[in-house]
Amino acid sequence: MIILNGMKTDPSILTVSEVTRQIKQTLERGFSSVTVQGELSNTKLHTSGHFYFTLKDDLAQISGVMWRSRMQGMSFKPEDGMKVIVNGRLTVYEVRGVYQIDAASIRPLGIGELQVAFDKLKQKLLAEGLFAEARKKPLPLYPSTIGIVTSQTGAALHDMLTVFRRRFPALTVILRPTRVQGPGAAQDIAAAIAELNECDDVDVMIVGRGGGSLEDLWAFNEEVVARAIASSGIPVVTAVGHEVDFTIADFVADLRAPTPTAAAELTVRDRAALLELLRDSSYTMRQNVEIMLDDRRKRITNLLGSYAFNRPIDLLRQFSQRFDEAGRSLESSTDHLFALTRSRYTGLHHRMAALDPRLVLKRGYAIVSRDGSIVNGRAELNTEDLIDLEFHDGTIRSRVLGE
Amino acid sequence: MATKKKATAEQDFEESLARLEKIVEQLERGDVPLAKALDLYEEGIGLSKVCAETLTTAELKLKRLGRDLEGNLKLFEQEEEESGK
Repeated sequence: MIILNGMKTDPSILTVSEVTRQIKQTLERGFSSVTVQGELSNTKLHTSGHFYFTLKDDLAQISGVMWRSRMQGMSFKPEDGMKVIVNGRLTVYEVRGVYQIDAASIRPLGIGELQVAFDKLKQKLLAEGLFAEARKKPLPLYPSTIGIVTSQTGAALHDMLTVFRRRFPALTVILRPTRVQGPGAAQDIAAAIAELNECDDVDVMIVGRGGGSLEDLWAFNEEVVARAIASSGIPVVTAVGHEVDFTIADFVADLRAPTPTAAAELTVRDRAALLELLRDSSYTMRQNVEIMLDDRRKRITNLLGSYAFNRPIDLLRQFSQRFDEAGRSLESSTDHLFALTRSRYTGLHHRMAALDPRLVLKRGYAIVSRDGSIVNGRAELNTEDLIDLEFHDGTIRSRVLGE
Repeated sequence: MATKKKATAEQDFEESLARLEKIVEQLERGDVPLAKALDLYEEGIGLSKVCAETLTTAELKLKRLGRDLEGNLKLFEQEEEESGK
């Protein structure tokens, strides 16, 4: 091969300019419009008004520029560290042999842009009065049927069912499975809320999902969901994410819970507290009836010696018996938790025994009855009537012989 | 929305509890005759027992709202997903 004065003779060998021009043509044609996502670094707003930057991810980087004319349309201030989406084209700067992206637009990735949409919708619905306290429906104290709008496979459903089983399992739970993120999720959630409103007997519904990124939770920030909640005749509790984030749905809901677990807890009462309440009620009832019986006992004691005592003693005996029987029905309850309460009553039972009118019979009195009815005086009896005489230790059948 | 029809014992929980509260109040006031008091007492203990049984023995029922072949809303029996993950 002969090379003369630097002139090439082999056409397969390119000059730097030639190869650069080919690169430029290939790149600029192949990447005439690209959208690239990455993190901004080395940002520099030149005095000329042009904006220079580097777009990078973990493994690579690319230089970029946005010319002054386009910078004027920017709605935010791009800074180092921001995640952005850049749309533009690739250009090759031949003099230095570098390529760069000539940006037509730069917009914030995710958070920022979503935040703008969030604020806008929030303002709009606020102005319509959808967040007003007066609109909020009270939750039922003891719901028996609870609707749930969430993913059939998510942890949120499992968490809520766990709480219900622990706190108040006397429930019917109606799940309307929905998508909770991605395209169509918001429409699905809104439809689910409307459908639960068509079911009979749903007392309250929980709408939510477990935590996720702002993008994951986005369905709950969409207007269609907000409108569905606002027009629900059934009270709605929202439970989206993990504690911190408020969604638009939360503002419209009748109650906002920080998590699905919390929503379940806010929706049903704790049965332990209710059992305690039942025990207290039983105790109070017993105590008050005992006081009344005690009062009658004193009055009867004062009447002893009079012919008239049989009737009230019998009544009191019947009452005491009913009182005991009611107590036994309490004891036969399968509820082991009542055992605790029963021990409190043991003392009462002993004292009740002291009220037994049979003790009076032990003092030599008898109760006269005919055909099972108490005889209150001699005027009720005729000669030859069969009567029963009840002593403290048993009853004997007798016949009236005469005056 | 359809009007509520409360039918089963379980659904009567709220009413039972309200009735029980009323009975306790009446007995606390002590201005009812003894016979009436015992009626109330028996009723109250009965209610208390039923409520306690509901709370301790009832099991959660899970259903799924879906559509039948004609596209009408329908409740289906639903098994809980294992682990929920």
